[in-house]
Amino acid sequence: MSMGKSMTGDNLPKLSLHVPEPRHRPGDPVDFAAVAVSQAGAQPRPDEACAASVTHPLCLDLIRVLGDDDRAHGPWDPKLDPATLVRMLRLMALTRAFDARMVRVQRQGKTSFYMKSTGEEATSIGTALALADDDMVFPSYRQQGMFIARGYPLEDMVNQIFSNRADKLKGRQLPIMYSARAQSMFSISGNLATQLPQAVGWAMASAIRGDTRIASTFVGEGSSAEGDFHSAMTFAAVYNAPVVFNLVNNQWAISSFSGFAGAERTTFAARAIGYGIAGLRIDGNDPLAVYAAVRWAADRARSNAGPTLIEHFTYRVEGHSTSDDPGQYRSAAESSAWPLGDPIDRLMRHLIALGEWDADRQAAMDAEVDGEVRAAVRAAEANGTLGHGLHHPFRTMFEDVFETLPWHLIEQSAQAIHERQVKWPEWSDDADVGEAR
Amino acid sequence: MTAPGKRMSMIEAINDALDVMMARDDTVVVMGEDVGYFGGVFRATAGLQAKYGKTRVFDTPISECGIIGVAVGMGAYGLRPVPEILFADYIYPGLDQLVSEAARLRYRSAGEFIAPMTVRTPFGGGIFGGQTHSQSPEALFTHVAGLKTVVPSTPHDAKGLLIAAIEDNDPVIFFEPKRLYNGPFSGHYDEPAIPWARHPDSEVPEGHYRIPLGKARIVREGQAVTVLAYGTMVHVAREVAERQGVDAEVIDLRTLVPLDIETIEASVRKTGRCMVLHEATRTGGFGAELAALVQERCFYALEAPVERVTGFDTPYPHSLEWAYFPGPVRIGEAFARLIAA
Repeated sequence: MSMGKSMTGDNLPKLSLHVPEPRHRPGDPVDFAAVAVSQAGAQPRPDEACAASVTHPLCLDLIRVLGDDDRAHGPWDPKLDPATLVRMLRLMALTRAFDARMVRVQRQGKTSFYMKSTGEEATSIGTALALADDDMVFPSYRQQGMFIARGYPLEDMVNQIFSNRADKLKGRQLPIMYSARAQSMFSISGNLATQLPQAVGWAMASAIRGDTRIASTFVGEGSSAEGDFHSAMTFAAVYNAPVVFNLVNNQWAISSFSGFAGAERTTFAARAIGYGIAGLRIDGNDPLAVYAAVRWAADRARSNAGPTLIEHFTYRVEGHSTSDDPGQYRSAAESSAWPLGDPIDRLMRHLIALGEWDADRQAAMDAEVDGEVRAAVRAAEANGTLGHGLHHPFRTMFEDVFETLPWHLIEQSAQAIHERQVKWPEWSDDADVGEAR
Repeated sequence: MTAPGKRMSMIEAINDALDVMMARDDTVVVMGEDVGYFGGVFRATAGLQAKYGKTRVFDTPISECGIIGVAVGMGAYGLRPVPEILFADYIYPGLDQLVSEAARLRYRSAGEFIAPMTVRTPFGGGIFGGQTHSQSPEALFTHVAGLKTVVPSTPHDAKGLLIAAIEDNDPVIFFEPKRLYNGPFSGHYDEPAIPWARHPDSEVPEGHYRIPLGKARIVREGQAVTVLAYGTMVHVAREVAERQGVDAEVIDLRTLVPLDIETIEASVRKTGRCMVLHEATRTGGFGAELAALVQERCFYALEAPVERVTGFDTPYPHSLEWAYFPGPVRIGEAFARLIAA
């Protein structure tokens, strides 16, 4: 039988495959009229202990607090004091300054790779302030703001990015794959969505032990297509695990628009409905909405009322990574036309509207955070940059594979050290304790 | 000193190991499909939920990536999870969590987080399990840096090794040869099965004891040829050697990673001949690693090429199980070639 003619069904309409296509490709004019932007303050705020189904209309809405008038509106207004708002603003500005500087050092060849979070700072900082500091967070790779907000030293972050001799992860991990147990930040993996069931397991463990801490985790909308998303949601629902899922919908998964993760059909928050858990869909560029929603979900989890899925609706302003050029696949005008604006700008204008802030203080703060980042880079650079010596000793490559070294790793470690002596005889034996070149 | 023992099947010994560890360490939790109320499809977890409660022994959704991913998170919290995968044939949906996460967590976090979990899973054939109830996927795991791979072959070892695995701070894949759950196996499928009660290795000490990971056991001393085996094939190898009058030294590796290289080297240097034996498919199997190690480390002691006796490079068949299984004929002919060389 040839492929050209089927045996039956010639009188039926031909099937056709739908392949999603984003609204704007390079060079296209941008029109975000189809993005429904709700009125700030118009969304109801149910009690944290409500039945999950009560939240389900909110999965199709968009919870917003900051309005076009730069004022906070409605029941989701967390009514934060001005000092907290300024702290929030500063942490977002610090995150943005850090990102900008890290791309610069990557272009200078001091490291191999970096990923910015420009435009998504509120999703990290709002969450960090809403959770307790000892709630365990299982981040993806774009929550650097949470490490910063929880006080992980900038210098340690840069050391990790430079993979130098002071790198706490001993040069083993690709830049930005931090781990910070003291800050309750779980080790970042390159494998997408694996952190979701892990966060559920951590939350289940906390519940098994009668602890009071909860878990929270992050995933991009693209990675939510992974099977681990489904298993995590199922386990969270089945065991009523005290976990907060943050799904950051920044519209893009590298070059694939959100339609390839299912966005053409419904919202990502709506998946909560199918699992029977609470869901909220929020303006991810509204730091007050992020704070309020995460706080609501955290309080819900803490009172044994169960898990919540929060969709942070936002926009990835920059390329996916330093290895990516978004000009190849999307309109350059998208980021400036994004209808939900910029999170830092929106909070700044809110503080100004409250009479708590002004352009001078903003300029001083920007200079201050930039200085803080520069100082961290200088300090880290003294410990070495990638490929310019001052890395961890060779033997450390073999440590921590297991708790103790089995014979085959002892043999391979000896071989690596021998090769170092052959390849770089000018290095003294001290080189193997980290004093290379 | 351990307390005097009593006779147990391998399933009873595994159940006893879990009981001992749950009583000793309240961070040990057991979970998996059907392991809770029902006590497991092979009865390995029978009675545990009634004794320790359903927050420590519980049923899970049918999701291997969920079971293993959740266990990684529990380990990061500080628990010592013992998840069960119903059959090793069904471990693949959890492979990403094992390979990318559990195996690398200590390394990538420089020891900040660890995965002190033991994944129990029945494996191996000889039970008419067909394609998806007979596989021996150990080579997929021995290839992964950061995982330990353990295979017991007796009730005594099963309990001591499982306790050691649960107490180990690294992730362990604990393959249980289900053909051996109720009794040893001669390889002669047409003979009546023998229960463990008539085998000396079914005497299991009461209470806590540990068989160290990374230590092989010489099951049968011999001078003519060394057999490196694990799981069901340990019993088959010994039986074939005895029935065919081959003076074989049969070594039960017990742990594949880390491997007891000293015991292997000493034996092969003594005999000068070596057979590696496993049920799993041949190409890229763990036997290839064993053969390479023996060749590298005992080359000048070898009197004959190392023989690999394995399953064939096909999916595990149903009706032709005993044509597939590396039984007395395949092993016996390999013995003959080794000794004739």
